[in-house]
Amino acid sequence: MSAVQAEALRKTFGNVTAVEDLSFAIEHGELFGCIGPDGAGKTTLFRMLTSLLVPDAGSATVMGCDTVRDYKQLRRRIGYMPGRFSLYQDLTIEENLAFFASIFGTTVEKNYEMIADIYRQIEPFKKRRAGQLSGGMKQKLALSCALIHKPDILFLDEPTTGVDAVSRREFWEMLRRLKEGGMTIVVSTPYMDEAGKCDRIALMQKGHILGIDTPDNITGSYARPLLDMRGADVYRLILALREFPHTHSVFAFGESVHYTDSRSSADPEALAVFLRSRGFANITIEPIRASVEDSFMELLEQHDG
Amino acid sequence: MASEPVIVARNLTKRFGAFTAVDNISFEVMPGEIFGFLGANGAGKTTAMKMLSGLLSPTTGEARVAGYDVFTQAESIKSRIGYMSQRFSLYEDMTAWENIRFYGGIYGLRMDAIRDKAAQLLGRLGMEHVRDSRIGALPLGWKQKLAFSVALLHNPAIVFLDEPTGGVDPLTRRQFWELIYEAAASGVTIFITTHYMDEAEYCGRVSIMVDGRIEALDTPGGLKQAFDAQSMDEVFVRLARGAQYAE
Repeated sequence: MSAVQAEALRKTFGNVTAVEDLSFAIEHGELFGCIGPDGAGKTTLFRMLTSLLVPDAGSATVMGCDTVRDYKQLRRRIGYMPGRFSLYQDLTIEENLAFFASIFGTTVEKNYEMIADIYRQIEPFKKRRAGQLSGGMKQKLALSCALIHKPDILFLDEPTTGVDAVSRREFWEMLRRLKEGGMTIVVSTPYMDEAGKCDRIALMQKGHILGIDTPDNITGSYARPLLDMRGADVYRLILALREFPHTHSVFAFGESVHYTDSRSSADPEALAVFLRSRGFANITIEPIRASVEDSFMELLEQHDG
Repeated sequence: MASEPVIVARNLTKRFGAFTAVDNISFEVMPGEIFGFLGANGAGKTTAMKMLSGLLSPTTGEARVAGYDVFTQAESIKSRIGYMSQRFSLYEDMTAWENIRFYGGIYGLRMDAIRDKAAQLLGRLGMEHVRDSRIGALPLGWKQKLAFSVALLHNPAIVFLDEPTGGVDPLTRRQFWELIYEAAASGVTIFITTHYMDEAEYCGRVSIMVDGRIEALDTPGGLKQAFDAQSMDEVFVRLARGAQYAE
């Protein structure tokens, strides 16, 4: 049986359908990413899978436990790090950790080895209150607290949101090591560039899964011809390209512009001529492979019709 | 008066007790520039932005924003700047129109001017049909675009954007940046923080703060060259890894 199995899960709040009939499976030992913006349904999905919300329809099992019927058993086997900082601000690092261990009927000493890799980095500050920690340290403490009862599976809801690029890298490094130790990890993020760190990803928007596969297969199935263009004054370049008759989409992508053609193949020569006629000199045009972000945007468009 | 800098900071410093949050920073920003203000969590960005927007008095140093002194003319600065962040933008329980009316009133616009501005702004965003909808009921991307336009309502010289695109989908994020480009092209100075390193590439110049100091300031191209890096992400990681403390 898969580590997570969801069948037509649905949750509605008033007239908003936060999660709409989602069915998917997550395998044991997988690092699985739910990728999508705010409002995609990531948190609602996580709350249902961790038994904190009862679905309106459908069902799910986590490690073989039904999320509604077997919720007591399930809660002992999962580790959950909610999106909002969930630690006790007035307790110190060591007090928070001891508290989480005690509610699961264990001790920090007994399971120290489980968290050692992560906890050692903040242990020198263990007398400091959680409320006074930096973002990166809070993350490490919250992850330690979610691990202290030796769960079989971890649910991490947007652990890197609002965190700077350096701390984000370090966090993903910690997840990679946990995965190597055999942990099943389900993580959500709004950052498309983190998709590549996952074994498989679900691209989510407005309660739906737009695509679910390995990052390579997702980007590999991108069907449109895609060109990377570079030159001075990106904004003017974008506006000019929108007037080219065969343009499907034009978007800024870091220092370059990604152009997709509405036909089955693009014509870089004709584009170069067109751009020269608009006064652009020295534009480099190069066919490239789509990134997860390109794929997400294309799927968004298809989905919104 | 062709091009006077719209922000001038000289040895600007802020101490909280023994802690130096902002340590002797100096820089200038020109009108219409898109200025990226980067740094790790806790590097001092928020403190610096508060000083530049007249909300916090510096400990030492000097700064002029839109021609006004941060020590003695903080109130005048507030009338010449706009501000928007992911966390704080519009009032969720009020409609789009009520928010526009409210902010217009705060900035001292007359009612007929507010009405004109509202029609113009909603028209440009294609959001006339949600004029009377509660902000809380709108998708995040719409809110953010509306919030940005409202921050420009009083024709400020500078708009401070504090992580404006957090949590927004990639399409909306790009539409948001087009609004930024458009505003900059019309002469508004954009002062922006972000955790998306691809957005650092969209800025004219980028400063990177580490431990309260500005460790690097140049165009994205210049920074990448100086640090022999392929991307702004690499530049950022190299600089911020050396940080002594965070947050």
